[in-house]
Amino acid sequence: MTVSMSVTEPHVELKGVVRRFDGPPAVHAVGPIDLTLARGEFVSVVGPSGCGKSTLLDMLCGVARPTSGSVRFEGSDLNGEVPPGIGVVFQEDSSMPWLSVRQNVEFGLRTSGLPSAEIKERVEHAVSFMGLAQFIDHFPAQLSGGMRQRVCIARTLVLRPRLILLDEPFGALDQQTRLLMGDELLRLWRETGATILLITHALDEAAMLSDRVGVMSARPGRFIDFVETGWPRDRDSRVVSDPNFGALTARLWSSLREESLKTMGRAS
Amino acid sequence: MTRALALLIVRSVVLAGPILLLEFGCRAGYVDPNSIIPPSDMIASMVEHIGSGDLNESMVQTFSTIALAFGLSVAIGTLSGAVIHRIARLRDMVDPLLASYYSVPTFIFYPVLVALLGLGKAPLVVLGILSAMPAVIISTLSGLDSVPPVLLKLARIQRLGPALTLWWIILPSALPRLFSGFKLALSYSLIGVIAGEFILSGSGLGFAISFAYQSFDNRAMYGIMLFVLLTAVVANGVLYAWEGRLRRRRSKG
Repeated sequence: MTVSMSVTEPHVELKGVVRRFDGPPAVHAVGPIDLTLARGEFVSVVGPSGCGKSTLLDMLCGVARPTSGSVRFEGSDLNGEVPPGIGVVFQEDSSMPWLSVRQNVEFGLRTSGLPSAEIKERVEHAVSFMGLAQFIDHFPAQLSGGMRQRVCIARTLVLRPRLILLDEPFGALDQQTRLLMGDELLRLWRETGATILLITHALDEAAMLSDRVGVMSARPGRFIDFVETGWPRDRDSRVVSDPNFGALTARLWSSLREESLKTMGRAS
Repeated sequence: MTRALALLIVRSVVLAGPILLLEFGCRAGYVDPNSIIPPSDMIASMVEHIGSGDLNESMVQTFSTIALAFGLSVAIGTLSGAVIHRIARLRDMVDPLLASYYSVPTFIFYPVLVALLGLGKAPLVVLGILSAMPAVIISTLSGLDSVPPVLLKLARIQRLGPALTLWWIILPSALPRLFSGFKLALSYSLIGVIAGEFILSGSGLGFAISFAYQSFDNRAMYGIMLFVLLTAVVANGVLYAWEGRLRRRRSKG
């Protein structure tokens, strides 16, 4: 390796980020949070429900503004504005039922001003990358939930984002589909070199996919633990049979258990 | 035989049966021709009246009034719906009024409208709007409610401005509900205008029916009635078919 990694600045940097919602009742949702993502890193965030994971994601992409603290992406502050280069995949189906798969994926490029030949090429690449080539002229209502979510991922992918934020993207899918979608996500990550932040409630998903997993506390959400997984970059869903996998999920759960009980109004 | 075809046959029989029965009843002398004339005569009378051209002025008058009332209802209704949707307090205030609006017989205000606006087109247009616009407002509200918040978030992340968000996200999301409102508005403005002409106007198709009725001209009355009925069915059919095309695209492709 001749490239020095130490000179690279953090891709994403959160410092002292707090988010409060004005009442009534006033809610201290998140923070203070410090989080740094290195360029090309795959980080997952797990936490008890209602701990402010989605609020964190909103602040990361600039849809919401932190009450205090700063969010920096590629060296500049996001002042509650969405910068180019960030793609988001949501938990809910966000495909547009009135557009075909091709038009859905094309959607993000409509304002790009790219020549139509390049748009066509990018769209077809993203669609076949997500395994939807034969469904390109179908409408979302004709597809399964997993396929619709792949359409949404393709729609993000086509923008060539440098940071991809995923908010429980596989939450509504069955277990097998989730594992396979996880593989596709890893493939996408390797191919694009993007930095990925995945929010999930599934510990196994976090442990299988990430370089690093952040565990959040009950509200107000803060990071109480970071776990390095140590997986190689060319991993796939088969790491679940690795002996370390059990130890990883066990560690995540022991950090999370107490916090989850708190949100249920009980302490152990 | 497909289900759709079977349904079509049953529907046609249900529709044609009573008409044939009436035709038979009239021809066989069971039905007094002073009350109802045979359907075949209604058709003949309709063709004669349209062919003779003596309805031309009434048709232009009535259809332009309906078109005006419908167009204004859609434009003002959609706009007011959007404004009401935007302002939560206004919505809280207006919601119960809208919910109970159609229990008010707006026709009773017609004399007031005539007193205020005179006997021309204006009171008829206003009456049409009074019947049709609330349906558009209600459907605009429910259409805007039905826009998934996640798509609005997507619009922000893809950095679409307000105009593109409206055009690319909000309108297509709300369209199915908006469309039901437009369909209702067409029927309501037609009913409002023709009924208005019927009661108090001196021209138009509604007046022509009323005039034939008062001069015991059954043949003319039924002919024009049939024409109005067919026009309403065709106009609604066009909107229905258009809506069906939109819907099919969303559900099956």
